[in-house]
Amino acid sequence: GWKRGSSFLPGIDVTDTKLSTSAFLLLHQARAERFFRSDHTNNWAVLVCTSRFWFNYRHVANTLSVYRSVKRLGIPDSHIVLMLADDMACNHRNPKPATVFSHKNMELNVYGDDVEVDYRGYEVTVENFLRVLTGRLPPSTPRSKRLLSDDHSNILIYLTGHGGNGFLKFQDSEEISNVELADAFEQMWQKRRYNELLFIIDTCQGASMYERFYSPNLMALASSQVGEDSLSHQPDLAIGVHLMDRYTFYLLEFLEDIHPASQANMNDLFKVCPKSQCVSTPGHRTDLFQRDPGSVLITDFFGSVRKVEITMETINLTPHTETALAYVDQLPVAQIIHQKPKQKDWHPPDGFILGLWTLILLVFFRTYGIKHLKHIF
Amino acid sequence: IGMKVRPVLSDPEKQRGRSAAVAIAALVIAAGIPLWWKTTETYRAWLPAARISELEALQLELRVEVEVVFARGTLSPEQQKKVPASRITYESCCKSKSLCLVEADHALHTLTETSCGSVVIYIIPEASALLPQDMRVYVGRSRTALLRSQVASVVGAGLPEVLAALDPQMEQVLQTMSFNHQDVTAALTDRLRPGLSTRDSLADSMRAFKSSPGYEITFSLLNPDPKHHQLHWDVEAALDAYIYPLLHKMAPVANFSVDSQILYYAVLGVNPRYDASASAYTLSADSLAHVINPVEARLGSNAASSNPVLNFLLYVPDSLHSPLIIRNDQKQEVASNAFHSPRWGGIMVYNVDGAYGNDTQFPVDIAIDMSRVMGVFLSQLRLMLGFQQTGAPPGFVLEAAGREGVAEWELDRLLWSRSVENVATASASITSLAQLLDQIANIVINDNIAQQVASAVTALQAAVAELEAGNLALALEHSREAISASERAFFDPSLLHLLYFPDDQKFAIYIPLFLPMCVPILLSLLKIFREVQQHRAEKRAKRD
Repeated sequence: GWKRGSSFLPGIDVTDTKLSTSAFLLLHQARAERFFRSDHTNNWAVLVCTSRFWFNYRHVANTLSVYRSVKRLGIPDSHIVLMLADDMACNHRNPKPATVFSHKNMELNVYGDDVEVDYRGYEVTVENFLRVLTGRLPPSTPRSKRLLSDDHSNILIYLTGHGGNGFLKFQDSEEISNVELADAFEQMWQKRRYNELLFIIDTCQGASMYERFYSPNLMALASSQVGEDSLSHQPDLAIGVHLMDRYTFYLLEFLEDIHPASQANMNDLFKVCPKSQCVSTPGHRTDLFQRDPGSVLITDFFGSVRKVEITMETINLTPHTETALAYVDQLPVAQIIHQKPKQKDWHPPDGFILGLWTLILLVFFRTYGIKHLKHIF
Repeated sequence: IGMKVRPVLSDPEKQRGRSAAVAIAALVIAAGIPLWWKTTETYRAWLPAARISELEALQLELRVEVEVVFARGTLSPEQQKKVPASRITYESCCKSKSLCLVEADHALHTLTETSCGSVVIYIIPEASALLPQDMRVYVGRSRTALLRSQVASVVGAGLPEVLAALDPQMEQVLQTMSFNHQDVTAALTDRLRPGLSTRDSLADSMRAFKSSPGYEITFSLLNPDPKHHQLHWDVEAALDAYIYPLLHKMAPVANFSVDSQILYYAVLGVNPRYDASASAYTLSADSLAHVINPVEARLGSNAASSNPVLNFLLYVPDSLHSPLIIRNDQKQEVASNAFHSPRWGGIMVYNVDGAYGNDTQFPVDIAIDMSRVMGVFLSQLRLMLGFQQTGAPPGFVLEAAGREGVAEWELDRLLWSRSVENVATASASITSLAQLLDQIANIVINDNIAQQVASAVTALQAAVAELEAGNLALALEHSREAISASERAFFDPSLLHLLYFPDDQKFAIYIPLFLPMCVPILLSLLKIFREVQQHRAEKRAKRD
C-alpha cells in the first residue's frame, strides 16, 4: 500500500513515499487496461460540402446533419472543421430564411443558432481542403481553421457533393481526384497526424474515391459503387428542392440512436442503408484498418469520449504568504495603457499648392497666349 | 475547268525554301524543345539527399557522465591507495533521520558542480547511519545519489574490480535517474512497430504531450452558483509562487504561456448521485469521462498560436450539490478529489460547504486555499508535461520534489527523453519529406525549404554528436533547432502539389498547341529528305 509521512519544519517540506512493489504493479495494470481499448485521446471531424447553388440544398443539409450529430455526441466546435458554401440559409429563394431543414414537414432545423462554419463561400476549394488535411496553412490562419490533430487523434472526414469516377467536384469550378486524396492521407500519415481515420463520402460513384488509398489505419464508407448514382431522398414541396440524400438520411437515423455511452460498432454502420432503401449499393473498405471493425465503437469517431484517470499523487505545498499590492505599488495607468504618439500626416507647407497652381497657369498663358484668359474669368 | 497549275520554282528559290525549312526545324529542335522543357518544369531546389539518406539509418548513442565518489570508510587502505579518492566529510546529526538526509544531500550538492545530464554517486559504507536500515539508495533533489555498498570486501582488488562490483547497483541508480530502455522506447513509440513498447510506456506516452515548441496553460475557476458562493482566488500570486518556478526550470524544453479565467454558471454535464452513507454527492469513475465535453465548449481560449492547450479547471459545486466527492473504481474516496484526462488537462472539485453554516447571509465570501489547489494542479501538470509517476525500485528512496516542483534529475530524465524524441521526429520528418518530394514529381521546392532542410540536417547531426558526448543541454538545444526547422520545412504552405494531371490529359493540353506547328515542319523535312534521296539516287545513276 501507499505510505506517506511528512515532517514539517519551517521552510523545508519533506515527504517520504514508500511504495510496495505489488501495489505499484497493480496500479499500473489497472490504468493500462482502461486505456487500451483504443489508442486515441481526442477526436476531430472535417465535414465538407462541396456544392453551392440553391438546387444543391441537400448537400448542405447532409453536412449540417452530420455536424449536428457529431456535436451532440461530444466533439466540440474547436475540433470540427466545417466547410460549407453556406448560401442556403440566407438564399433569396429560401421560403424560411435562416433555416436549413433536413426532413420534410420541416421537423428539424439543422442550421440552428450555434453553427460554426470555418470555411464558407468561395473559401471551400480543393486547395484549402488539402491544406487543412496536410497542415500546410499560412502562419496567419486562426486556430479554428486548422486541423490540429496529433498522433493519438481519431479523425472523421465526411464529403458530400457531386462526384464521378475518380473525382469529386468542388463548387462547379474544380475537382479533386482520388489520387490527390490518397496522397494527402499519406502525407498525414507520414507526419502522424492521425491515429485512425474514418472516411465517409456521399456522392455518385463514391466508392471510386477510396480506391486509391494506401496509408494504414484508414476505413472508408461510400454511398454508391462505381457506375451507380447516389439518389436524393425526398423533395419538400414548400421549399421546392430535395432536402437530403438517401444515404445520409439513413445514416442520420442510425446516429440518432447513438448516445455517448453507446456500444454500437462499425459493423452496424456498414449495414446502414441497404440497397432496398438506398437504391444504390453502399460500399466500405477496411483492409487498411488494423483493428477489427467489430471492435471499433461508433463513438470512437463520431463522439468524443475522453479517457480519464484519477489523480493519485498530490504535492504538499506550504501556504504562501501573500504580499498584497498596495495601491501605490501598482503600475501607473499611463504605463498600462500604452499611448503611442499619434503620427501626424505630412502636409506640404502652407500656400505651396496655391503657388504651384499659379505657376502652372502662368506658364500656360505665357505659352499659348493671353487670349485664353477670357475663358477662365 | 480548274486546272491545277503547279508553280514552277526555279532552283535558287527551291534552295532557299529548303534551307528555310531546315533552319526552322533546327531552331525548333535545338532551341524550342529545351526552352519548353525548362519553362514547364517545376522549380526544385537541391536537397542534400545523401545526408538525408544517412539519417534513415541513424543510430543514437546516449552517454551519461557519472562521477563516483567513495566516502571515507568504504574502501580498504590498499584499495584507497590504488583509487584516486576524493575525501569528503559529512556531519552526522542526530535529530531525525530525514532531516539528516536532506542536509547531507544539500551539503553534497554544494560540493560538486554537476552539469545537465550528469550524475554523481556517493558510495557510503555499509554500516552508515545516514540511510535507514532497509534503504540502499537515496536519490536527492539535485543530481546526486547516495549508495550504500560494501566494497571493501572485494579482496585485493584494484579500481576496475571495485567498479565492476558496483556495476549492477550503479546501473539501477542510473536507470532510475537518467533513462532506461522503456523511456527510450516510449519516446520513440510512433516510430516503432507496434508491439515493441510495453502497455505501461504506451499509457505514459498517451498521457504526456508530444514535444512542442510551446504550450498554452489555462487555469479556470468554475462557479455554477454565484448567488450563494462569492469565490476569491488569488491565482496570480499562486502561479508566481508554485507554477512559475517549474515553468522557468522547463524553459530549455519549451515556451509556456499561462492565463486564467473565471466562468460563472458553468455546470458539469453529469448529475452526481447522493450517497446517504457518506452524506455527500458522488461522482463515480465511469461518469467522469462525460464531464469534460460539455465544459470544454464553454471554455474560451485566447491561444493565438497552434500550440497545444492544457486546461486546469477548479470546480466549486453549487450549494445544492455540496459536498461533491469523486469515487474511484473501488468505490473509495480519492484524496485529491481530482481527475485528469491525457493530453487535455485536469479538473479538481473543491468543496466549500464547510466554510459556512445553514443560516448565513448569501452570497458568502469564500477564499480558496490556493496551496491545496496548486498542489493538485502541479502534480497533474507534471504528468501532462512528461514527468512520469516515479516508480522506485525496491530499496530506493526518491526525494520528492516539494516546492520547486521538479527535481533536477527528474528534469534530466525529461530532457533525455525529449532529446531522443526530437531527434527521432526531426529525422523522420526530413526523411519522409525527401521521400514525398521524390515521389510526387510536381511539387515546387523553393530555396527557403532547401535551406530549412539543410539547417535541420546540420542541427540533427550536431544533436546526435552532443548526445554521444554526453552534453545534454547542448543536445537538447540542437534537437529543438532541428525539430523546428524540419517542421517549418515540412509544413511550408508552398509545398502543395500542383494539380494532378493524368497522362492523357497532358496530351490533350499539348497536342492542340504543338501539332499544327509541327506538322508542316515535319512534312517539309520529309520532303527535303526525299528530294535528297532522289538526288543521290540520280547521282549514283549518272555515275554508273
